[in-house]
Amino acid sequence: MKWGNDRRFFAAAAILAAALGGCASTGNDPRDPLEGFNRAMFGFNEGLDKVVVRPVAQAYETVAPLPVRTGVSNAFSNVGDLWIAVNNLLQGKPGEAGADLGRLLINSTIGILGLFDVASEMGLEKHEEDFGQTLGRWGTGDGAYLVLPVLGPRTVRDTFGLALDSYLDPVWQLDHVPTRNSLVAGRFVSDRAAFLPVDRVVREAALDKYAYVRDAYLQRRRSLIHDGNPPRERFGAAPAGTGIASGVDPARASTNLLLVEAEPVAGIPVEGQDAPVPR
Amino acid sequence: MRALIFALTLLVQASWGGAAVAMAADLAPDALVRNVTSEVLTIVRSDRELQAGSHKRAIDLVETKILPHFDFTAMTALAMGREWRSATPEQRRQLTAEFRTLLVRTYSNALTAYKNQSVEFKPFRMQAGETDVVVRSQVVQPGAKPVTIDYNLEKTPEGWKVYDVVVGGVSLVTNYRSTFAQEVRSGGIDGLIRSLQAKNRSLETAMLSSARR
Repeated sequence: MKWGNDRRFFAAAAILAAALGGCASTGNDPRDPLEGFNRAMFGFNEGLDKVVVRPVAQAYETVAPLPVRTGVSNAFSNVGDLWIAVNNLLQGKPGEAGADLGRLLINSTIGILGLFDVASEMGLEKHEEDFGQTLGRWGTGDGAYLVLPVLGPRTVRDTFGLALDSYLDPVWQLDHVPTRNSLVAGRFVSDRAAFLPVDRVVREAALDKYAYVRDAYLQRRRSLIHDGNPPRERFGAAPAGTGIASGVDPARASTNLLLVEAEPVAGIPVEGQDAPVPR
Repeated sequence: MRALIFALTLLVQASWGGAAVAMAADLAPDALVRNVTSEVLTIVRSDRELQAGSHKRAIDLVETKILPHFDFTAMTALAMGREWRSATPEQRRQLTAEFRTLLVRTYSNALTAYKNQSVEFKPFRMQAGETDVVVRSQVVQPGAKPVTIDYNLEKTPEGWKVYDVVVGGVSLVTNYRSTFAQEVRSGGIDGLIRSLQAKNRSLETAMLSSARR
Protein backbone atom coordinates (compact mmCIF):
# COMPACT_ATOMS: atom_id res chain seq x y z
CA MET A 1 0.00 0.00 0.00
CA LYS A 2 2.85 2.39 0.76
CA TRP A 3 3.96 2.11 -2.84
CA GLY A 4 0.77 3.69 -4.18
CA ASN A 5 0.91 6.43 -1.59
CA ASP A 6 4.55 7.21 -2.27
CA ARG A 7 3.82 7.43 -5.94
CA ARG A 8 0.99 9.83 -5.29
CA PHE A 9 3.15 11.89 -3.04
CA PHE A 10 5.94 12.10 -5.61
CA ALA A 11 3.44 13.10 -8.27
CA ALA A 12 2.15 15.87 -6.03
CA ALA A 13 5.68 17.00 -5.21
CA ALA A 14 6.66 17.01 -8.91
CA ILE A 15 3.63 19.10 -9.81
CA LEU A 16 4.36 21.46 -6.97
CA ALA A 17 7.95 21.85 -8.11
CA ALA A 18 6.89 22.43 -11.72
CA ALA A 19 4.31 24.94 -10.61
CA LEU A 20 6.67 26.82 -8.32
CA GLY A 21 9.56 26.75 -10.76
CA GLY A 22 8.36 27.21 -14.27
CA CYS A 23 5.14 29.09 -14.55
CA ALA A 24 4.81 32.76 -15.12
CA SER A 25 2.16 34.40 -13.01
CA THR A 26 -0.62 36.05 -14.96
CA GLY A 27 -3.18 37.29 -12.47
CA ASN A 28 -3.11 40.08 -9.93
CA ASP A 29 -4.49 38.09 -7.03
CA PRO A 30 -1.90 37.76 -4.26
CA ARG A 31 -3.55 34.51 -3.13
CA ASP A 32 -3.03 32.96 -6.56
CA PRO A 33 0.54 33.57 -7.77
CA LEU A 34 0.41 30.43 -9.94
CA GLU A 35 -2.70 31.46 -11.83
CA GLY A 36 -1.30 30.54 -15.24
CA PHE A 37 -0.54 26.98 -14.21
CA ASN A 38 -3.74 26.73 -12.21
CA ARG A 39 -5.96 27.85 -15.08
CA ALA A 40 -4.36 25.27 -17.37
CA MET A 41 -4.90 22.53 -14.79
CA PHE A 42 -8.44 23.73 -14.15
CA GLY A 43 -9.14 23.44 -17.87
CA PHE A 44 -7.71 19.93 -17.90
CA ASN A 45 -9.87 18.91 -14.92
CA GLU A 46 -12.96 20.44 -16.52
CA GLY A 47 -12.32 18.41 -19.67
CA LEU A 48 -11.82 15.23 -17.67
CA ASP A 49 -14.98 15.94 -15.70
CA LYS A 50 -17.02 16.54 -18.82
CA VAL A 51 -15.82 13.44 -20.63
CA VAL A 52 -15.42 10.90 -17.83
CA VAL A 53 -16.20 11.87 -14.25
CA ARG A 54 -19.56 13.62 -14.61
CA PRO A 55 -21.03 11.03 -17.00
CA VAL A 56 -20.01 8.26 -14.58
CA ALA A 57 -21.47 10.17 -11.62
CA GLN A 58 -24.69 10.79 -13.57
CA ALA A 59 -24.91 7.12 -14.52
CA TYR A 60 -24.41 6.20 -10.87
CA GLU A 61 -27.19 8.58 -9.90
CA THR A 62 -29.51 7.05 -12.49
CA VAL A 63 -28.72 3.44 -11.68
CA ALA A 64 -28.52 3.54 -7.89
CA PRO A 65 -31.63 4.67 -6.01
CA LEU A 66 -31.26 7.31 -3.30
CA PRO A 67 -31.21 4.89 -0.33
CA VAL A 68 -28.34 2.96 -1.96
CA ARG A 69 -26.37 6.14 -2.68
CA THR A 70 -26.97 7.32 0.87
CA GLY A 71 -25.75 3.98 2.23
CA VAL A 72 -22.60 4.13 0.13
CA SER A 73 -21.79 7.70 1.12
CA ASN A 74 -22.56 6.89 4.78
CA ALA A 75 -20.19 3.92 4.73
CA PHE A 76 -17.30 6.01 3.35
CA SER A 77 -18.15 8.82 5.75
CA ASN A 78 -18.07 6.34 8.65
CA VAL A 79 -14.60 5.15 7.71
CA GLY A 80 -13.47 8.79 7.80
CA ASP A 81 -14.73 9.48 11.32
CA LEU A 82 -11.67 8.02 13.07
CA TRP A 83 -9.26 10.42 11.33
CA ILE A 84 -11.73 13.25 11.94
CA ALA A 85 -11.65 12.39 15.65
CA VAL A 86 -7.83 12.50 15.63
CA ASN A 87 -7.89 15.90 13.91
CA ASN A 88 -10.40 17.26 16.40
CA LEU A 89 -8.11 16.07 19.18
CA LEU A 90 -5.10 17.72 17.49
CA GLN A 91 -7.13 20.92 17.29
CA GLY A 92 -7.82 20.85 21.03
CA LYS A 93 -11.46 19.77 20.79
CA PRO A 94 -11.63 16.57 22.88
CA GLY A 95 -15.42 16.82 23.22
CA GLU A 96 -15.90 16.75 19.47
CA ALA A 97 -13.30 14.00 19.11
CA GLY A 98 -15.31 11.96 21.62
CA ALA A 99 -18.46 12.55 19.61
CA ASP A 100 -16.67 11.37 16.44
CA LEU A 101 -15.57 8.16 18.17
CA GLY A 102 -19.12 7.70 19.46
CA ARG A 103 -20.37 8.08 15.89
CA LEU A 104 -17.87 5.50 14.65
CA LEU A 105 -18.90 3.04 17.36
CA ILE A 106 -22.65 3.50 16.90
CA ASN A 107 -22.67 3.58 13.10
CA SER A 108 -20.31 0.59 12.76
CA THR A 109 -22.57 -1.55 14.95
CA ILE A 110 -26.19 -0.40 15.09
CA GLY A 111 -25.70 1.33 11.74
CA ILE A 112 -24.58 -1.97 10.15
CA LEU A 113 -21.00 -1.24 9.05
CA GLY A 114 -21.78 2.42 8.61
CA LEU A 115 -24.51 2.00 5.99
CA PHE A 116 -26.94 3.92 8.19
CA ASP A 117 -26.02 7.13 9.93
CA VAL A 118 -27.85 6.33 13.15
CA ALA A 119 -25.58 8.60 15.17
CA SER A 120 -26.81 11.74 13.38
CA GLU A 121 -30.40 10.77 14.20
CA MET A 122 -29.29 10.45 17.82
CA GLY A 123 -27.91 13.96 17.75
CA LEU A 124 -24.21 13.21 17.24
CA GLU A 125 -23.50 15.65 14.46
CA LYS A 126 -21.07 14.78 11.65
CA HIS A 127 -17.96 16.96 11.67
CA GLU A 128 -15.83 17.85 8.71
CA GLU A 129 -12.14 17.87 9.57
CA ASP A 130 -8.88 17.03 7.81
CA PHE A 131 -5.21 17.65 8.38
CA GLY A 132 -5.18 20.79 6.23
CA GLN A 133 -7.69 22.32 8.64
CA THR A 134 -5.62 21.20 11.62
CA LEU A 135 -2.57 22.93 10.13
CA GLY A 136 -4.71 26.03 9.57
CA ARG A 137 -5.90 25.89 13.14
CA TRP A 138 -2.30 25.67 14.30
CA GLY A 139 -1.59 28.91 12.48
CA THR A 140 -0.23 27.73 9.13
CA GLY A 141 -1.21 30.15 6.37
CA ASP A 142 -2.98 29.03 3.20
CA GLY A 143 0.04 29.32 0.96
CA ALA A 144 -0.55 29.69 -2.74
CA TYR A 145 -3.77 28.44 -4.28
CA LEU A 146 -3.13 25.29 -6.26
CA VAL A 147 -5.26 23.28 -8.67
CA LEU A 148 -4.21 19.62 -8.51
CA PRO A 149 -4.79 17.29 -11.44
CA VAL A 150 -8.02 15.26 -11.02
CA LEU A 151 -8.37 16.26 -7.34
CA GLY A 152 -9.03 19.95 -8.04
CA PRO A 153 -8.69 23.02 -5.81
CA ARG A 154 -6.31 23.02 -2.85
CA THR A 155 -3.78 25.37 -1.36
CA VAL A 156 -0.15 24.50 -0.67
CA ARG A 157 -1.09 23.93 2.97
CA ASP A 158 -4.06 21.75 2.07
CA THR A 159 -1.91 19.75 -0.36
CA PHE A 160 0.38 18.82 2.52
CA GLY A 161 -2.70 18.06 4.59
CA LEU A 162 -4.03 15.87 1.81
CA ALA A 163 -0.76 13.95 1.58
CA LEU A 164 -1.08 12.92 5.24
CA ASP A 165 -4.86 12.37 4.95
CA SER A 166 -4.29 9.93 2.07
CA TYR A 167 -1.31 8.25 3.72
CA LEU A 168 -3.41 7.37 6.77
CA ASP A 169 -6.64 6.76 4.87
CA PRO A 170 -8.00 3.29 5.80
CA VAL A 171 -9.20 2.76 2.24
CA TRP A 172 -5.71 3.32 0.84
CA GLN A 173 -4.32 0.89 3.46
CA LEU A 174 -6.15 -2.11 2.04
CA ASP A 175 -3.75 -4.81 0.91
CA HIS A 176 -5.96 -6.28 -1.78
CA VAL A 177 -5.18 -3.86 -4.59
CA PRO A 178 -8.23 -4.41 -6.86
CA THR A 179 -10.55 -3.92 -3.88
CA ARG A 180 -8.64 -0.84 -2.81
CA ASN A 181 -8.72 0.70 -6.28
CA SER A 182 -12.44 -0.03 -6.71
CA LEU A 183 -13.20 1.56 -3.36
CA VAL A 184 -11.10 4.65 -4.08
CA ALA A 185 -12.81 5.07 -7.47
CA GLY A 186 -16.22 4.38 -5.93
CA ARG A 187 -15.70 7.02 -3.28
CA PHE A 188 -14.60 9.52 -5.91
CA VAL A 189 -17.76 8.91 -7.95
CA SER A 190 -19.98 9.03 -4.87
CA ASP A 191 -18.46 12.37 -3.83
CA ARG A 192 -18.80 13.76 -7.34
CA ALA A 193 -22.46 12.68 -7.57
CA ALA A 194 -23.22 14.65 -4.41
CA PHE A 195 -22.03 17.79 -6.20
CA LEU A 196 -24.09 17.32 -9.37
CA PRO A 197 -26.86 19.75 -8.28
CA VAL A 198 -24.25 22.49 -7.72
CA ASP A 199 -22.92 22.31 -11.31
CA ARG A 200 -25.71 24.34 -12.78
CA VAL A 201 -25.64 27.06 -10.13
CA VAL A 202 -21.90 27.58 -10.60
CA ARG A 203 -22.22 27.56 -14.39
CA GLU A 204 -24.98 30.16 -14.28
CA ALA A 205 -23.63 32.34 -11.48
CA ALA A 206 -20.01 32.67 -12.57
CA LEU A 207 -18.67 35.37 -14.87
CA ASP A 208 -15.34 33.56 -14.73
CA LYS A 209 -15.79 29.99 -13.54
CA TYR A 210 -12.14 29.55 -12.61
CA ALA A 211 -12.17 32.57 -10.28
CA TYR A 212 -15.61 31.70 -8.91
CA VAL A 213 -14.52 28.18 -7.94
CA ARG A 214 -11.21 29.42 -6.52
CA ASP A 215 -12.83 32.09 -4.37
CA ALA A 216 -15.53 29.70 -3.18
CA TYR A 217 -12.89 27.11 -2.23
CA LEU A 218 -10.84 29.65 -0.27
CA GLN A 219 -13.91 31.02 1.53
CA ARG A 220 -15.16 27.54 2.33
CA ARG A 221 -11.81 26.45 3.77
CA ARG A 222 -11.63 29.59 5.89
CA SER A 223 -15.09 28.83 7.23
CA LEU A 224 -14.22 25.18 7.92
CA ILE A 225 -11.02 26.06 9.77
CA HIS A 226 -13.15 28.21 12.08
CA ASP A 227 -15.88 25.55 12.30
CA GLY A 228 -18.44 27.72 10.54
CA ASN A 229 -17.74 30.85 12.57
CA PRO A 230 -14.96 32.74 10.80
CA PRO A 231 -14.25 36.19 12.22
CA ARG A 232 -16.72 38.52 10.58
CA GLU A 233 -15.77 41.12 8.08
CA ARG A 234 -17.64 44.23 9.07
CA PHE A 235 -18.28 46.36 6.06
CA GLY A 236 -21.49 47.95 7.05
CA ALA A 237 -23.92 47.70 4.21
CA ALA A 238 -24.25 50.90 2.30
CA PRO A 239 -27.53 52.80 2.36
CA ALA A 240 -28.83 53.50 -1.13
CA GLY A 241 -26.36 55.33 -3.29
CA THR A 242 -24.04 56.56 -0.58
CA GLY A 243 -21.15 54.18 -0.87
CA ILE A 244 -19.73 52.18 1.99
CA ALA A 245 -21.28 53.52 5.15
CA SER A 246 -19.22 52.20 7.99
CA GLY A 247 -15.79 53.45 8.94
CA VAL A 248 -14.10 50.25 7.79
CA ASP A 249 -12.00 50.81 4.70
CA PRO A 250 -13.17 48.19 2.21
CA ALA A 251 -9.69 47.89 0.83
CA ARG A 252 -8.38 46.96 4.25
CA ALA A 253 -11.30 44.68 4.95
CA SER A 254 -10.67 42.77 1.76
CA THR A 255 -7.06 42.27 2.75
CA ASN A 256 -8.23 41.02 6.11
CA LEU A 257 -9.99 38.25 4.25
CA LEU A 258 -6.54 36.99 3.31
CA LEU A 259 -5.08 37.06 6.78
CA VAL A 260 -6.65 33.87 8.00
CA GLU A 261 -3.55 32.82 9.87
CA ALA A 262 -3.41 35.99 11.91
CA GLU A 263 -6.52 35.37 13.92
CA PRO A 264 -6.48 33.92 17.42
CA VAL A 265 -8.12 30.56 17.79
CA ALA A 266 -9.15 30.90 21.39
CA GLY A 267 -11.72 33.59 20.66
CA ILE A 268 -13.90 31.46 18.42
CA PRO A 269 -17.41 31.45 19.81
CA VAL A 270 -18.93 28.05 20.39
CA GLU A 271 -22.24 27.60 18.67
CA GLY A 272 -25.05 26.29 20.85
CA GLN A 273 -27.13 23.22 20.16
CA ASP A 274 -29.18 23.44 17.04
CA ALA A 275 -32.79 23.96 17.82
CA PRO A 276 -35.27 22.55 15.33
CA VAL A 277 -37.95 25.06 14.59
CA PRO A 278 -41.65 24.38 14.16
CA ARG A 279 -42.42 24.81 10.52
CA MET B 1 -73.88 60.12 9.34
CA ARG B 2 -72.95 57.65 6.61
CA ALA B 3 -70.10 59.91 5.64
CA LEU B 4 -68.88 59.96 9.22
CA ILE B 5 -68.96 56.17 9.50
CA PHE B 6 -67.18 55.92 6.17
CA ALA B 7 -64.53 58.36 7.35
CA LEU B 8 -64.11 56.51 10.61
CA THR B 9 -63.76 53.21 8.77
CA LEU B 10 -61.10 54.71 6.56
CA LEU B 11 -59.32 56.07 9.59
CA VAL B 12 -59.36 52.69 11.34
CA GLN B 13 -58.17 50.95 8.20
CA ALA B 14 -55.44 53.50 7.72
CA SER B 15 -54.21 53.07 11.28
CA TRP B 16 -54.27 49.29 10.93
CA GLY B 17 -52.37 49.56 7.72
CA GLY B 18 -49.90 51.86 9.40
CA ALA B 19 -49.53 49.45 12.30
CA ALA B 20 -48.87 46.58 9.92
CA VAL B 21 -46.13 48.53 8.18
CA ALA B 22 -44.61 49.52 11.51
CA MET B 23 -44.69 45.88 12.60
CA ALA B 24 -42.80 44.69 9.53
CA ALA B 25 -40.22 47.38 10.19
CA ASP B 26 -39.97 46.45 13.88
CA LEU B 27 -39.84 42.70 13.33
CA ALA B 28 -36.70 41.22 14.86
CA PRO B 29 -34.25 40.01 12.19
CA ASP B 30 -34.52 36.32 13.12
CA ALA B 31 -38.32 36.48 13.15
CA LEU B 32 -38.25 38.16 9.76
CA VAL B 33 -36.04 35.47 8.19
CA ARG B 34 -38.08 32.68 9.77
CA ASN B 35 -41.38 34.14 8.60
CA VAL B 36 -40.21 34.66 5.05
CA THR B 37 -38.62 31.19 4.92
CA SER B 38 -41.70 29.40 6.17
CA GLU B 39 -43.97 31.42 3.88
CA VAL B 40 -41.83 30.63 0.84
CA LEU B 41 -41.49 26.94 1.72
CA THR B 42 -45.25 26.64 2.16
CA ILE B 43 -45.74 28.03 -1.33
CA VAL B 44 -43.01 25.85 -2.83
CA ARG B 45 -44.50 22.72 -1.28
CA SER B 46 -47.92 23.40 -2.71
CA ASP B 47 -47.06 24.94 -6.09
CA ARG B 48 -47.15 22.34 -8.85
CA GLU B 49 -45.78 24.57 -11.56
CA LEU B 50 -42.78 25.27 -9.40
CA GLN B 51 -42.20 21.63 -8.64
CA ALA B 52 -42.38 20.94 -12.37
CA GLY B 53 -39.39 23.26 -12.73
CA SER B 54 -40.96 26.52 -13.92
CA HIS B 55 -38.30 29.24 -13.82
CA LYS B 56 -40.89 31.94 -14.26
CA ARG B 57 -42.84 30.84 -11.19
CA ALA B 58 -39.65 30.62 -9.17
CA ILE B 59 -38.59 34.12 -10.19
CA ASP B 60 -42.08 35.49 -9.45
CA LEU B 61 -41.98 33.98 -5.99
CA VAL B 62 -38.53 35.34 -5.29
CA GLU B 63 -39.48 38.80 -6.60
CA THR B 64 -42.63 39.15 -4.51
CA LYS B 65 -41.77 37.37 -1.27
CA ILE B 66 -38.02 37.48 -0.83
CA LEU B 67 -36.59 40.49 -2.63
CA PRO B 68 -38.44 43.17 -0.62
CA HIS B 69 -36.24 42.11 2.30
CA PHE B 70 -32.96 42.44 0.39
CA ASP B 71 -30.83 45.56 0.00
CA PHE B 72 -29.28 45.12 -3.43
CA THR B 73 -27.39 48.40 -3.37
CA ALA B 74 -25.61 47.25 -0.23
CA MET B 75 -24.97 43.81 -1.79
CA THR B 76 -23.49 45.37 -4.91
CA ALA B 77 -21.31 47.70 -2.83
CA LEU B 78 -20.09 44.71 -0.85
CA ALA B 79 -19.28 42.73 -3.99
CA MET B 80 -17.48 45.71 -5.50
CA GLY B 81 -15.36 46.46 -2.42
CA ARG B 82 -13.15 49.49 -3.00
CA GLU B 83 -14.22 49.82 -6.66
CA TRP B 84 -17.65 51.03 -5.49
CA ARG B 85 -16.18 54.35 -4.51
CA SER B 86 -15.02 55.17 -8.00
CA ALA B 87 -18.42 54.44 -9.57
CA THR B 88 -20.71 57.34 -10.50
CA PRO B 89 -24.33 57.30 -9.23
CA GLU B 90 -25.51 56.20 -12.69
CA GLN B 91 -22.91 53.39 -12.82
CA ARG B 92 -23.95 52.31 -9.33
CA ARG B 93 -27.57 52.17 -10.42
CA GLN B 94 -26.70 50.04 -13.46
CA LEU B 95 -24.36 47.76 -11.51
CA THR B 96 -27.02 47.19 -8.87
CA ALA B 97 -29.69 46.42 -11.48
CA GLU B 98 -27.49 43.93 -13.37
CA PHE B 99 -26.13 42.22 -10.26
CA ARG B 100 -29.66 41.91 -8.91
CA THR B 101 -30.82 40.25 -12.13
CA LEU B 102 -27.88 37.84 -12.08
CA LEU B 103 -28.41 36.77 -8.46
CA VAL B 104 -32.16 36.39 -8.88
CA ARG B 105 -31.87 34.32 -12.10
CA THR B 106 -29.19 32.08 -10.68
CA TYR B 107 -30.55 31.35 -7.27
CA SER B 108 -34.28 31.29 -7.90
CA ASN B 109 -33.60 28.23 -10.03
CA ALA B 110 -32.39 26.52 -6.88
CA LEU B 111 -35.98 26.73 -5.57
CA THR B 112 -37.22 24.47 -8.36
CA ALA B 113 -34.77 21.80 -7.17
CA TYR B 114 -36.40 21.85 -3.73
CA LYS B 115 -37.59 18.38 -2.75
CA ASN B 116 -37.61 17.05 0.79
CA GLN B 117 -35.43 19.59 2.50
CA SER B 118 -36.38 21.28 5.72
CA VAL B 119 -34.88 24.37 7.30
CA GLU B 120 -33.74 24.63 10.91
CA PHE B 121 -32.72 27.84 12.64
CA LYS B 122 -29.91 28.08 15.14
CA PRO B 123 -30.38 30.02 18.39
CA PHE B 124 -30.21 33.74 17.75
CA ARG B 125 -28.72 36.25 20.16
CA MET B 126 -28.61 39.97 19.64
CA GLN B 127 -27.27 42.78 21.79
CA ALA B 128 -29.57 45.74 22.39
CA GLY B 129 -28.95 48.43 19.81
CA GLU B 130 -27.15 46.18 17.34
CA THR B 131 -27.68 47.17 13.72
CA ASP B 132 -25.74 44.42 11.92
CA VAL B 133 -26.53 40.78 12.72
CA VAL B 134 -26.27 37.20 11.40
CA VAL B 135 -29.23 34.81 11.42
CA ARG B 136 -27.98 31.23 11.08
CA SER B 137 -29.92 28.35 9.60
CA GLN B 138 -29.26 25.02 7.98
CA VAL B 139 -30.98 23.05 5.28
CA VAL B 140 -31.43 19.43 6.26
CA GLN B 141 -32.01 16.87 3.53
CA PRO B 142 -32.25 13.10 3.59
CA GLY B 143 -29.04 11.37 2.57
CA ALA B 144 -26.84 14.45 2.52
CA LYS B 145 -24.87 16.59 4.89
CA PRO B 146 -26.77 19.63 6.19
CA VAL B 147 -25.90 22.85 4.39
CA THR B 148 -25.58 25.98 6.52
CA ILE B 149 -27.14 29.21 5.30
CA ASP B 150 -26.30 32.41 7.19
CA TYR B 151 -28.13 35.64 6.49
CA ASN B 152 -26.41 38.94 7.24
CA LEU B 153 -28.87 41.72 7.96
CA GLU B 154 -28.55 45.41 8.57
CA LYS B 155 -31.08 47.65 10.25
CA THR B 156 -32.39 50.35 7.93
CA PRO B 157 -35.20 52.89 8.32
CA GLU B 158 -37.40 50.44 6.35
CA GLY B 159 -36.67 47.57 8.73
CA TRP B 160 -34.04 44.83 8.63
CA LYS B 161 -32.59 44.12 5.20
CA VAL B 162 -30.46 41.18 4.08
CA TYR B 163 -27.17 42.27 2.51
CA ASP B 164 -25.34 38.94 2.31
CA VAL B 165 -26.20 35.25 2.15
CA VAL B 166 -23.48 32.77 3.11
CA VAL B 167 -24.03 29.17 1.95
CA GLY B 168 -21.74 26.53 3.43
CA GLY B 169 -19.25 29.23 4.37
CA VAL B 170 -19.28 30.82 0.90
CA SER B 171 -20.70 34.33 0.54
CA LEU B 172 -22.80 34.57 -2.60
CA VAL B 173 -21.87 38.25 -2.70
CA THR B 174 -18.18 38.58 -1.81
CA ASN B 175 -17.41 35.54 -3.94
CA TYR B 176 -17.70 37.94 -6.88
CA ARG B 177 -15.23 40.45 -5.52
CA SER B 178 -12.05 39.30 -7.23
CA THR B 179 -13.86 38.73 -10.55
CA PHE B 180 -15.38 42.22 -10.37
CA ALA B 181 -12.01 43.74 -9.50
CA GLN B 182 -10.42 41.92 -12.44
CA GLU B 183 -13.14 43.16 -14.82
CA VAL B 184 -12.69 46.72 -13.59
CA ARG B 185 -8.92 46.49 -14.02
CA SER B 186 -9.23 45.35 -17.60
CA GLY B 187 -12.27 47.31 -18.82
CA GLY B 188 -13.15 49.90 -16.19
CA ILE B 189 -16.50 50.07 -14.40
CA ASP B 190 -18.33 50.23 -17.72
CA GLY B 191 -16.52 47.07 -18.81
CA LEU B 192 -17.86 45.29 -15.72
CA ILE B 193 -21.38 46.55 -16.47
CA ARG B 194 -21.09 45.23 -20.03
CA SER B 195 -19.88 41.83 -18.79
CA LEU B 196 -22.80 41.56 -16.37
CA GLN B 197 -25.24 42.54 -19.13
CA ALA B 198 -23.78 39.94 -21.48
CA LYS B 199 -23.99 37.26 -18.78
CA ASN B 200 -27.61 38.13 -18.03
CA ARG B 201 -28.51 38.05 -21.71
CA SER B 202 -26.98 34.61 -22.15
CA LEU B 203 -28.88 33.32 -19.10
CA GLU B 204 -32.11 34.73 -20.49
CA THR B 205 -31.54 33.06 -23.86
CA ALA B 206 -30.82 29.74 -22.15
CA MET B 207 -33.95 30.12 -20.00
CA LEU B 208 -36.18 30.88 -22.98
CA SER B 209 -34.87 27.97 -25.03
CA SER B 210 -35.30 25.54 -22.12
CA ALA B 211 -38.86 26.84 -21.61
CA ARG B 212 -39.68 26.15 -25.26
CA ARG B 213 -38.37 22.63 -25.05
